[in-house]
Amino acid sequence: MEQLLNILNELHPDVDFESREDLIDEGILDSLDIVTLITEINDAFDVSIPAEEIIPENFNSAAAIWALIEKLDEA
Amino acid sequence: MLFTSYEFLLFAALLLVGYYLFPRAWQWRLLLVASLVFYWLAGPRYLIFLLLTASSTYAVGRWMDANLRAQETTLTEQRQAWEKEQRKSFKAREKKKRFRMLLLGLIFNFGMLAVLKYTGFAVHNVNRLLHAFGAENTLNIPSLLLPMGISFYTFQSMSYLIDVYREKVSAERHPLKFLLFVSYFPQLVQGPISRYADLGPQLTAGHAFSSRNVRWGLERVLWGYFKKLVIADRALIVIKALLDEPASYRGMYVLMMILLYTVQIYADFTGGIDITVGLSEAMGIRLTENFNRPFLSRSTKEYWNRWHITMGTWFTDYVFYPLSVCKPMQRLSKFSRQHFGNAVGKRIPVYLATVATWFLTGLWHGAGWNFIVWGLLNCLVILVSQECVPLYTRFYRRFPRLNESAVWHGVQAARTVLLMGVIRTLDCYRDVPLTFRLWGSMFTTFNYGDLFNGAVLDLGLGRADWILLLIATAVMFAVSLWGIREPVRAKLDRHPTAEASAVALVFLLIMIFGAYGIGFDASQFIYNQF
Repeated sequence: MEQLLNILNELHPDVDFESREDLIDEGILDSLDIVTLITEINDAFDVSIPAEEIIPENFNSAAAIWALIEKLDEA
Repeated sequence: MLFTSYEFLLFAALLLVGYYLFPRAWQWRLLLVASLVFYWLAGPRYLIFLLLTASSTYAVGRWMDANLRAQETTLTEQRQAWEKEQRKSFKAREKKKRFRMLLLGLIFNFGMLAVLKYTGFAVHNVNRLLHAFGAENTLNIPSLLLPMGISFYTFQSMSYLIDVYREKVSAERHPLKFLLFVSYFPQLVQGPISRYADLGPQLTAGHAFSSRNVRWGLERVLWGYFKKLVIADRALIVIKALLDEPASYRGMYVLMMILLYTVQIYADFTGGIDITVGLSEAMGIRLTENFNRPFLSRSTKEYWNRWHITMGTWFTDYVFYPLSVCKPMQRLSKFSRQHFGNAVGKRIPVYLATVATWFLTGLWHGAGWNFIVWGLLNCLVILVSQECVPLYTRFYRRFPRLNESAVWHGVQAARTVLLMGVIRTLDCYRDVPLTFRLWGSMFTTFNYGDLFNGAVLDLGLGRADWILLLIATAVMFAVSLWGIREPVRAKLDRHPTAEASAVALVFLLIMIFGAYGIGFDASQFIYNQF
């Protein structure tokens, strides 16, 4: 989780990713951010996030992103 | 049957009355018949292509669904016998099968769109190449039928197919209900491009009569006609005059074209969507909103989140994301990181997918280089802005109060709208080199005095019409701003007298100042041609 938070903070240093649960709904992460984030996550956690998983519920908070990584890791 | 014709008004009125007279379980059948009649009146031969898209999409959807059900049955039967790895490999094998089915549906339908819409453009370019290499013989440019709204209904149908593949929605079992989803007439010609999960169930559910739905819906329809007939079609008269001999209208006239076309396309497209959404609302059907005050956008990226929203999200969900996270792209990104560094590597998927997405967005708008250049210029602005983010951050650190200033927001919005307006003139002038030359002429031809010497009165609109156009445009934007916190109709709802007066006033304005009658010609909506 800490590694994920580092990636997110590098993307938007001004956002408190530990508390925000509206990253997509409030437009904090846009489509360009999402792709950059996925590229970083794929590389750091050795997973492959497919396009069908790119839905707001999976990216609205750091916890949701972490849950997605864990789900893909187990699959 | 144009939305602005008397036939359409009669057609919509009869449908609305019939819709609520029919038993609720039969309402969707009436809608289907109305949609098919509407499309048949546009051109009986168009209907063949619409039916081909609907039937092929329905069949592939059911095929994928049958495979998914068979997969679930097998997995249930083999629950005890199979290990986890066996189950995983079986699921992966079946998913590959479904992917091949999806591919078949996509190739057939996008192929049909490509052949009908882009063959002429492709042959034209081949001829230019042949000519450049000295060939004397050229290929004949075929004259193919272009069914009305083909880009819209193809995109809507393919989003359904991809969503079935992604298991976001179940395949529709009733072929006629599915046909209604593809052919639903109010949105067939200019969108919005709806998703099956949002629209499908609503179309086939019965809707009880609600006076509020009907009142609010028809109020929105009326407002749409105001935008179209009083503003868009009036501005169009000058635009047509400027396009008669575009090369001779330079300097100030180019700036005038930019501003007028910005107003015209906004009034035309949002007006058309108001009619579509309003008519649907009157029947209890809520369509996805296609606009969110794009003129308030502070950046190009924001503009595209507010303008033609359903097309933007379509390209994001079905082109940009799949392309940027696909395995070859991720491998390319990894390779680039290793060889050119982290900064380059992480940009590769974003940049390549953005360029491809905007190229296709341009092509979607029309078969011409002007549309492709238009798409790529939008892409360039977005990517340059993205690269400038650190610069903006430093700028705002230095001037922190600026970011909170309403005046500064206004300046940013004006800049964005102007920039989008400049790029959009590629739609009007069509000729790319000419458009670039005309942009340049704004700085080299100093004929701005024509604004005040009466020359603009020779462009088809008299003084009174110009004043009316300016006032109506100001009213249109003022009403839009007034509805930011709460929809204008909700505000009026609390004051029945004011509501009735506003409706009567807008109706009178359309009757008196609508661009029809002698000297005017209510035109087709711009987005019908896409």
